[in-house]
Amino acid sequence: MTTVDYVLRLGDDALVTAQRLGAWYAAGPEMEEDVALANIALDQLGAARLLLTYAGELEGAGRDEDALAYQRGPADFRNCRLVEQPEPDFGVVIAKLLLLSAFQLPCYEALAGAGDERLSAIAGKARKESAYHLDHATLWTLRLGDGTDESHQRMQASFDTLWPFVDGLFAGDDGGPVDPAELRKAWTSTVEDVLGRATLTVPAPVAEPTGERTHLVELLAEMQQLHRAHPGARW
Amino acid sequence: MYGNDFAGPDAGSDGGLLGQVEAAEAALRAAAHRGRVEGDPAALQDYFDAVIDADQKIEPRDWMPDAYRRGLVRQIAQHAHSEIIGMQPEGSWITRAPSLKRKAILLAKVQDEAGHGLYLYAAAETLGITRAELVDMLLDGRQKYSSIFNYPTLTWADIGAIGWLVDGAAIVNQVPLCRCSYGPYARAMIRICKEESFHQRQGYEILHTLSHGTPEQHAMAQDAVDRWWYPSLAMFGPPDTDSTHSAQSMAWKIKRFSNDDLRQRFVDMCVQQAGVLGLRIPDPDLRWNSERQAHDFTAPDFDELMRVIKGDGPCNAERMAHRRRAHSDGAWVREAAAAYAAKQEEVVAV
Repeated sequence: MTTVDYVLRLGDDALVTAQRLGAWYAAGPEMEEDVALANIALDQLGAARLLLTYAGELEGAGRDEDALAYQRGPADFRNCRLVEQPEPDFGVVIAKLLLLSAFQLPCYEALAGAGDERLSAIAGKARKESAYHLDHATLWTLRLGDGTDESHQRMQASFDTLWPFVDGLFAGDDGGPVDPAELRKAWTSTVEDVLGRATLTVPAPVAEPTGERTHLVELLAEMQQLHRAHPGARW
Repeated sequence: MYGNDFAGPDAGSDGGLLGQVEAAEAALRAAAHRGRVEGDPAALQDYFDAVIDADQKIEPRDWMPDAYRRGLVRQIAQHAHSEIIGMQPEGSWITRAPSLKRKAILLAKVQDEAGHGLYLYAAAETLGITRAELVDMLLDGRQKYSSIFNYPTLTWADIGAIGWLVDGAAIVNQVPLCRCSYGPYARAMIRICKEESFHQRQGYEILHTLSHGTPEQHAMAQDAVDRWWYPSLAMFGPPDTDSTHSAQSMAWKIKRFSNDDLRQRFVDMCVQQAGVLGLRIPDPDLRWNSERQAHDFTAPDFDELMRVIKGDGPCNAERMAHRRRAHSDGAWVREAAAAYAAKQEEVVAV
């Protein structure tokens, strides 16, 4: 039996990722990259909508995708902290996408073949998109890791900054067909291979920082502000 | 419910704007199969003139007068820059869109604009200039973009008003360009017009929903239309009496209709749609003139248009600063990509 929290966790990861990438409009290093980042944001948003809709149905309290996206506070978001981290430069965007898509791909692949029919259908679609995201992030990690001295340093710094949050990808089995902890082996193999080819060092394990999730609070305040200012309105 | 000017492709060449796009596409397919003509300068000029007279297409392989080439580079580049700068006013609402469906639609729209910029830069490159040179000319102010993007997007309803009015005006301007005499530009415009008509419908639908929503939403929609109406009319450029490039562009069949003709067409199109939207066009002198079979209306403030074009609009500095920052912030990425590609070539060579 799949729990609401399990589906919310997958959906919130995708929604928060889309929200971060959506802020990169007209800011990429090349126009082609503006198109690509918007595409990835749309994929993540599409998966988030399907997952939140399903979570609302499992919950049975009449909440649809918008009620779940716009009317929950930060304490009720189930996403891992990796995805909510700020993206001050393109290097962090790419590093985060690599770490996330190396998780989402095996996760959706496993879910596509697991027992929950609805999740299986959603994952069957999302896995193809994740494969593209991983490919895109891999190509950029190689170019930037093995590009110039500056790009190498920036990419290493990006992975170092994000590394304390990677454990969160695998934490807690909220009750669903695939235990995220079981995906760690596949994830490690992918990430170590790409970083190695990119001449980057895999950072040493670091504990996730404790403290308030101020980045998520700010992200949701921006995302939810207009919707919440007009209770009950249709858009 | 979205207005009657965007009939399906089966409506024929006179049956709607998309019908005109389809007809233009058929002409372009024929033009692509012609061979290159050689000869002395007089023969080349004769051939060019004959192609223009016969309503055929000039292709990159063909000789063309320098002024034709320069004029096209200027126009296509300005159009490409407008698409790229035009991502900003709407893009700023992606993170704040009031529903996930609207967020997805807006993301896809802003992505389309980046794509339009890419096709157009590619069309300009067929005239012997590079995208990097054109981007430099945008960044240092030698080339312009449409002044409409120097106005701010203050509320969500502005996303609707931009779609309905700004994209609507763009379509009226651009559908005739699908038949312009330069093949690569015409081809780019075909795809762009198809996507723009989609954007216009989306904007219309946003406004329709707001107009028929809560009193606050209705007021938000009316306020956006009030602010975007006259800047949209100004998108067609100065009145025909003051338009510097028009006569030659018309002779070369780059431009097909005058600024004032297109502006009139746009006003006539909007009046009926505003009625369905339940929104008021902010012009007390707007009325049907049965003698002209067209609406009389108040012209936009062309002095304001000139001020905004010269750099004194509400958001000129902000738009350019954003573009320059994106360009300079991305420099290390582009350098790294070039360095990596060079290393890969060395590996292949060894």
